[in-house]
Amino acid sequence: MWLEILAVVFNLRTLNAAIRMSTPIALAAMGGAFSERAGVINIGLEGMLLVGAFAGAVGSYATGSALLGTLIGVAAGAATAAVFSIFTVEFRANHVVAGVGINILALGLTTWLMQVVWRTRGISPAVARVQSIRVPLISSIPVIGEVIGVQSPFVFVMIALIVGGWILLFRTPLGLRIRMTGEHPEAADTVGINVRFIKHFSVILGGALCGFGGAYLSIGNIGRFSMGMSAGRGFMGLAANIFGQWNPIGGLGASMLFSYADAVQIRLQTMEIALPHQIIQMIPYLLTIVILAGGVVKSRPPAALGNHYRSGGDA
Amino acid sequence: MTQKNDLTSVTAGARSRSSRLSGKVRAALTELGFSAFAITLALVISALLMITLGYDVGLAYQSMFRGAFGSLRGVSQTLLRATPLLFTGFAVAIAFRAGLFNIGAEGQLYWGALACALVALTVEGLPKTIAVALPLLAAGLAGFLWGAVPGILKARTGAHEVITSIMLNSIAIFATTHITSRYFMAPGAVDQTERIVAAAVMPQIIPGTGLTAGIFLGIAMAALVAWFFGHTALGYDFQAVGRNVDAAEYGGVSSKRIQVLAMGFGGMMAGVAGGIVVLSLLNRFVANFSPGYGFTGIAVAVLGRGNPWGVVLAALLFGALDSGGMSMQLFARIPSDLTIVVQGLVIILVAAPAALRAMVRWRKPNKVEPVDVA
Repeated sequence: MWLEILAVVFNLRTLNAAIRMSTPIALAAMGGAFSERAGVINIGLEGMLLVGAFAGAVGSYATGSALLGTLIGVAAGAATAAVFSIFTVEFRANHVVAGVGINILALGLTTWLMQVVWRTRGISPAVARVQSIRVPLISSIPVIGEVIGVQSPFVFVMIALIVGGWILLFRTPLGLRIRMTGEHPEAADTVGINVRFIKHFSVILGGALCGFGGAYLSIGNIGRFSMGMSAGRGFMGLAANIFGQWNPIGGLGASMLFSYADAVQIRLQTMEIALPHQIIQMIPYLLTIVILAGGVVKSRPPAALGNHYRSGGDA
Repeated sequence: MTQKNDLTSVTAGARSRSSRLSGKVRAALTELGFSAFAITLALVISALLMITLGYDVGLAYQSMFRGAFGSLRGVSQTLLRATPLLFTGFAVAIAFRAGLFNIGAEGQLYWGALACALVALTVEGLPKTIAVALPLLAAGLAGFLWGAVPGILKARTGAHEVITSIMLNSIAIFATTHITSRYFMAPGAVDQTERIVAAAVMPQIIPGTGLTAGIFLGIAMAALVAWFFGHTALGYDFQAVGRNVDAAEYGGVSSKRIQVLAMGFGGMMAGVAGGIVVLSLLNRFVANFSPGYGFTGIAVAVLGRGNPWGVVLAALLFGALDSGGMSMQLFARIPSDLTIVVQGLVIILVAAPAALRAMVRWRKPNKVEPVDVA
């Protein structure tokens, strides 16, 4: 039995699955990183993923094009985030309460609308989906080829987005403004940064990323939408963001770690090896608590996270 | 990340003693009007949504109202569905008062339900009162212990209770499923325990409706919570910490102790909610049973403005939405999940007093402003 477990753990196909599964979580984590770096606590990632998944599937169903569906999913994720940012930034809603509201609203709307559109409350009919691609050169390289040679285009775009997001956040003036807004909005305001614009921008960008991650869940993978299909991945993204220290690349690393544990657990389950899979599924959450409690490294969220800021110039 | 919670809107710092009572009443009415406005607005937005999709709004709301209040069965369904929400509402509201956000009610509810079911499997032969009370006590204790964890983490390490609670929710759901399937599984495909003994099943108030004495327990609890915050030293300390941690510390209150206790008491309420669901609805523990009672509890607490009687009203409203949704689906052929949309809208609107103020000019002569839940 132990030999079989080890064979699953050190298996390139498990790694392949882990990268695939980490896609929506890493995107949600980066969405959380942008939002929280700008000082907005984002519990609503889960709802934004779900809306992205639903809108992606509906868009693909209505247009027959998975590419258009994906774009619609991204737009819907951004729109959900826009509602969230208007309420939190303009109307100074409590971030956590509004985030919980977004999640419940997203669950209600998608479950309700799927019945309006497809007359079913379980799983939608098949819609056009994005097929996996075989990358010509990479797929013939021995080890790397097995891991990323054949993957969904979403996976490649995700990796590009993560790298791009990291550059934006840590190597551009805009990124500096975002981080300054989350650390010290008064100072940011003093040097002429439009704090409200930065917050809206960051939250909506995060929502678009979640929308893309959600679209992957529905039309980048199985080509269907099912009720509540985000299934806690937004919360995992929240955890991965903290685990990755509010850094998109760190978030990707954490998401891959979480997904790797999950992939191992799923494969062991299909092989009917009686390892308590719920215990393995708990690991990401336990690790995040340990990290948050300062058990391993000192974690430090943005200083002005969750605060409302009103500029002296505002009404 | 600390946010000041001021849910009770005690605006009267300099108000004279004689007008204090009427001021309190007026503030409460303002709060009530504010919540009512949020609900109305949520219903209007939902109506617009229905009109856009070509549904008959009049028929929808009419059948919803009739389903929730139109018959004895409807009213009992409303009360039945409101009962767990009452307790998860308290779970959030109590922590709110101490300045903490208990988003972990869902996980606490699961531990409460499991502990309750396990005790209720063993109370054969005991008198009814004890056979019901013991499992509920176990539920409260389990909820207290699980709820105290984020409080301890916050007090000891400063880890934000919102994030640790969310993580603990997932852990609780996995752990209770694991324990059930591994050690207490009843024969069959579903991860659930055996049926609890008959003595532990909560008696029905009106036979055939499913409504149990749990609702009275909830209302009694509202009175207890109101007394706790209004008339006990500990309740005063809770609110002192909730208003201003530094000032409370200066006044000799150990804010860390209060944080642990507040999360623990909140957890206890959520645990009892789980226990009541087991004793009156499921009659066993079923893995993954909760349709989000803990999260709806957040909505209930926020809509109730953290006030115990406000929580009762809000829980009744959400119970009514739930039971009314069923009849709306039946008679107006509109999927009942629309009620979840209404709930979500209510939460977002209530979270943002400034949004509502922007929509209607709220100019109160005495400047009793709806407080920020922030």
